[in-house]
Amino acid sequence: MIEIKDLHKSYQMGSNSLHVLKGIDFSVKEGELVAIMGSSGSGKSTLLNILGMLDEPDAGSYVLDNVPIKALNETKAARYRNQFLGFVFQSFNLINYKTALENVALPLYYQRKKRKERTERAMSYLEKVGLAEWATHLPSELSGGQKQRVAIARALAANPKVLLADEPTGALDSTTSYEVMDLIQGINDEGKTILVVTHEPDIADMCKRIVHLKDGVIVEDRKVEQVRASQYV
Amino acid sequence: MFDRDRWQEIFEAIGKNKLRTFLSGFTVSLGILIFTILLGLGNGLLNSFLTSFVDDAQNVIFVRGGNTSMAYKGFQENRKIQFENEDFEFVNTNYKGKIEYSTPRIYRNGLAKYLGESGNYQVRAVNQDHQYIEKTIMMKGRYINEVDVENKTKNIVIGRLVEKDLFKEEDALGKILDVDGIAFKVVGVFQDSGGDNEERIIYMSYKTAQFLFGNNEHLDRINLSYNMAMSTQQAIDFSKQIEKDLKQKFDVAPNDQSAIRVRSFAEDIKQTMAILGGIYAIIFIIGIGTLISGVIGIGNIMTFSVKERTKELGIRKALGASPRSIIAMVLQESVLITSIAGYIGLVLGILILKLIGNNLEEFFILNPKVDTNIIVIATMTLILFGLLAGYIPARRAARIKPIIALRDE
Repeated sequence: MIEIKDLHKSYQMGSNSLHVLKGIDFSVKEGELVAIMGSSGSGKSTLLNILGMLDEPDAGSYVLDNVPIKALNETKAARYRNQFLGFVFQSFNLINYKTALENVALPLYYQRKKRKERTERAMSYLEKVGLAEWATHLPSELSGGQKQRVAIARALAANPKVLLADEPTGALDSTTSYEVMDLIQGINDEGKTILVVTHEPDIADMCKRIVHLKDGVIVEDRKVEQVRASQYV
Repeated sequence: MFDRDRWQEIFEAIGKNKLRTFLSGFTVSLGILIFTILLGLGNGLLNSFLTSFVDDAQNVIFVRGGNTSMAYKGFQENRKIQFENEDFEFVNTNYKGKIEYSTPRIYRNGLAKYLGESGNYQVRAVNQDHQYIEKTIMMKGRYINEVDVENKTKNIVIGRLVEKDLFKEEDALGKILDVDGIAFKVVGVFQDSGGDNEERIIYMSYKTAQFLFGNNEHLDRINLSYNMAMSTQQAIDFSKQIEKDLKQKFDVAPNDQSAIRVRSFAEDIKQTMAILGGIYAIIFIIGIGTLISGVIGIGNIMTFSVKERTKELGIRKALGASPRSIIAMVLQESVLITSIAGYIGLVLGILILKLIGNNLEEFFILNPKVDTNIIVIATMTLILFGLLAGYIPARRAARIKPIIALRDE
């Protein structure tokens, strides 16, 4: 599903160049649930941004679902993001003037789906995350956990190949975090490929594989026995 | 552009961001409102300026004889220059083609009586052309005509107020009016926008007056209007030519200022036009200035709006919005707001001008109105430049990297 070879990325900081990713080789098969761990500055967010086509690598190759992701202009990147990827952010990033339902329907709008279909599909994903009765509420009327579940529903709405979650539980208390992880595990169980960036070991343990980044290189990549979040909920 | 879904998306964004909508709309409305009112007041100023010149035809030249102020060619000074019919014909034949209308004038005062009523009125003896030079409007009957002049008929034309003074409720037409003991028949009643004095005048044929009151061929004045095809400068030259030729005819020194006086309104028109041009220029500059500040305002609001929406636009991009759709969304929203707000400003401005109406007449503002075309063009310009002003922030919005927009606070 994801094939990365010898990926490099550096940032220009004034006269200094900061080498963030120093040759990453990494691949993810369909249906995996991978945790990307590392302390801040290890390059994990940069890696996720490149995977999410939000940033471009300086060198190396990136193939997503057999499509080489290379020299993308903004328009193409936008289309690929819409087709291939669903994003979940630490700070939810819901549009504050849109209701939960409208937020979930937004990726479908950019897929040029008809309004009726958008609403129906968005509603079904809201049901899936257990928030059907909150469809007409604004984000400001939802709790943190509910917001993140709306965000997950939105990420799923476009039926992407890969779900990218950047610290999805970073802004939540532990009970809510486990609820969200339970949801993510459930989605993974249905076969969706998911990458989770986190620095919390207990969250990482709920994935099936942990990739450890340090100073721009992968120092550890191991499969783990998945801890089910449902036992904590 | 005509994507229904996109419009729906925009209406939603507008409806749910009322402050932003209000701010950008307000700038535009205010700009157009001020533009409309200024333009209206400027036009009002022009109107009151123009009305003070419409009483008489603007292309008139008055020729009068006076007394010489210096001795010349064996004549003593203080000689009276008396025009006669022959001089009137001299002018007419000499400047044929340059003259549109021409009339002699003889002034008298006459005591007019009808039944028990009487009054003193100015009597002017003229020919048929006088009506056009004075822009006299006939209320009923006719003006003095060529037959009256040649046959020295005792027909007169009286002003509206003469009729009112002497005939009261009666219709003066066809009635006999006694002027200085001679019976005249009223053949017409006229009105004049020049004021009350202009409507207390009695007109008769100049040959009749010469025959009845002096049995001579004396004329007090020659009034003429020049051909409108002439430029203002040509008209000024023309009046100088008349003065020069008549001075020669009457053996008057070329530099004698008082013997023959030729007064032309061409000079006045030249000045008036210069002032009008000035007013136009000021209105134009103010208008352009208002529009420019409006455009700058829109640009500011757009920048602010895009800044405020950075995160939202970043989210949209992460969800698959192309740069073009971001630009289109921002611009379409701004065009929609500008158009509606511009229209509101326009209607409001016209309404205020209507309310002002002629209430400011004492400040020389008469009937302030605006040409709708100009305002529509101004609104279009504002929309167009608003579009340009909005394009820069919109493009920047489209270039926002989602990672930067989404970076956690």
